[in-house]
Amino acid sequence: MLTVGIDVGSISAKAAVIQDGELLGGKVILTGYNARNAGKNVYDKLLADHNIDPAMVDRVVATGYGRKSVEFADKAITEITCHAAGAHFQDPSVRSVIDIGGQDSKAISLDSAGRVNDFAMNDKCAAGTGRFLEVMARALEVDLDVFGEMSLKADAPAAISSLCTVFAESEVISLLARGEKRENIIAGIHESIGSRVLAMAKRVGVAEPVMMTGGVAKNIGVVKALESRAGVVIEVSPNAQINGAIGAALLAANGP
Amino acid sequence: MTEDQKVVDPEKERRKIKCVKKMKDIMTTYYIEAKTTEQSGKKIAWITSGGPVEPLIAMDVIPVYPENHGAMIGASKMGVDLCEKAEEMGYASDLCSYARADIACATVNGGPIGGLPRPDMLVCCNNICGTVLKWYEVQARYFDVPLFILDTPISHTDFNDEARRYVRRQFDEYIDFLEEHCGRKLDHDRLAEIGRLSIAGQKLWQAVLDTTRHKPAPMSAFDAFFHLALIVTLRGTQTVVDYYTELLAEMENRIAQGISAVPDEKIRLLWDNLPVWFRTKWLSEKFASHGACLVADTYTSAWCSSLKYLDENDFLGSMAEGYSRIYLNIGVDAMAAEVLRMIDHYDADGLVMHSNRSCKPYSLGQYDIQKIVQAEKRIPALMIEADMTDARNFAESQIETRIDAYMEVLKAKL
Repeated sequence: MLTVGIDVGSISAKAAVIQDGELLGGKVILTGYNARNAGKNVYDKLLADHNIDPAMVDRVVATGYGRKSVEFADKAITEITCHAAGAHFQDPSVRSVIDIGGQDSKAISLDSAGRVNDFAMNDKCAAGTGRFLEVMARALEVDLDVFGEMSLKADAPAAISSLCTVFAESEVISLLARGEKRENIIAGIHESIGSRVLAMAKRVGVAEPVMMTGGVAKNIGVVKALESRAGVVIEVSPNAQINGAIGAALLAANGP
Repeated sequence: MTEDQKVVDPEKERRKIKCVKKMKDIMTTYYIEAKTTEQSGKKIAWITSGGPVEPLIAMDVIPVYPENHGAMIGASKMGVDLCEKAEEMGYASDLCSYARADIACATVNGGPIGGLPRPDMLVCCNNICGTVLKWYEVQARYFDVPLFILDTPISHTDFNDEARRYVRRQFDEYIDFLEEHCGRKLDHDRLAEIGRLSIAGQKLWQAVLDTTRHKPAPMSAFDAFFHLALIVTLRGTQTVVDYYTELLAEMENRIAQGISAVPDEKIRLLWDNLPVWFRTKWLSEKFASHGACLVADTYTSAWCSSLKYLDENDFLGSMAEGYSRIYLNIGVDAMAAEVLRMIDHYDADGLVMHSNRSCKPYSLGQYDIQKIVQAEKRIPALMIEADMTDARNFAESQIETRIDAYMEVLKAKL
């Protein structure tokens, strides 16, 4: 059986294809303003990359904020259930998932079968999300891809006290004006995200093993900040960003 | 399209609660009477939703509820405009949206009914929150009318004799206040009779709410949010007793005929906190699309939650305890115990908590209650962040994802 999961997030659209329980591959593109097109585009590109004829696809499940805009999907399932399924597929022993995406962060506790026991999501606020990091990267004129590495060179992380993305941005600008090193500011930003996300994760409980998923998992600085605050080792799969799409593809195979 | 060309879905028609029209008529008559007192010469008192209304009825004073009005403002989606007006006046956006809407509305006579009738006096009881103290002081200054404050200490666990004496004495002062401003004495026999009607109304309201113990439930919390208005505003009158008798009969009839609030009820949920007034339809349809029915809620049941403390043979004497020990004036442990009791009583599969930006005493402690429920019942609770009136605090796609995810979790457990 060949199934595809499509995860249309606020910043990027992801797709993954699974055949008989094996991950064939994934694709990530920017969502842009049109979530409907993004779902179709990432699907077409994924299939083209792997020379898959659309007629061979048995089922498609869509997830993410744009899940209802993917008209050709057989079903929409929330990213909570999909991230749990994806994490369980990548490591069946995982009991907690911390997912930080573009506009939200989630903590999920799983049972041994990969089902969701409980979950928590951030409130209506961009702090502690990928968008927060994007705003900060712009303010610091640093490419987001090197954010993680740079923060590891910090000697004393700066204190970012504001919980509001907009106010934190002005805080960062005044830190720069005072001559604070960018490495320290970036480390402070990661600490701020770590503390906010961990407070939420603790509401559902952080049971080991813990896996981090979502695009922000690619940022080693955030992972380290979370690890040191939680006192646990956090697994990050190379497929962290497409984890939700993987879960969607797996759930697609389970039928209606 | 003319009336008879309208496509009527017979199944939907069958599901509609027939008493709704009567309820609307009663509320319309009530507001017309309250807004035309220059003809009747009756006095108007604004009173908080949990306040002791029976002495007002006994004195022929028409009680008017800024909070009920706030709910109407919210349901008519006029909350944002009025809240913004209050913010222009200098009130913080963190202040309760009922307070903001009411304070702003008084100055412009806006809202769905062109504002509330001018009060002759204000009665404020802090058993529901502390915000009402300052809110009513603002209105007392604005309208230049006398204000009576009834202070009900929080009963974390029990209600001791000092508290009883303290509140009981204030009831005497309350009666003195009314006698002074109405220029006549209270008829104590009449108050006793109104007390009996109040208790009868509360018992009937509880019986209506309890019909949802039946599976499938003949009504949902969304229906309760609507039918609640009478027990709040006209408690202590024969109108309430008659109306809820009829509503109860309709619910029993629905059970007999197998008419449910939600088609194909699969999941039964308990709701905590005030409704999101401007989104009740959306939320109701959202839950129904998952076969989920909100079978009960801590909010509408608060107007009959202290029945056990009220004595119909000594109503005045029992009011101190009855008005002090309501759901919002007890400790978090006691609130959690009540939530657990309701989960059992209504056989709920899950708990939906509205973390209400406006209502701090209701929302504080919800995470603790969530943990207690999780530990005792092994069921997760869904937290929705919103507001009862201010639509600026509602993020649809976030809330939709949470509800959908919660439904997926519960369905996987069924």
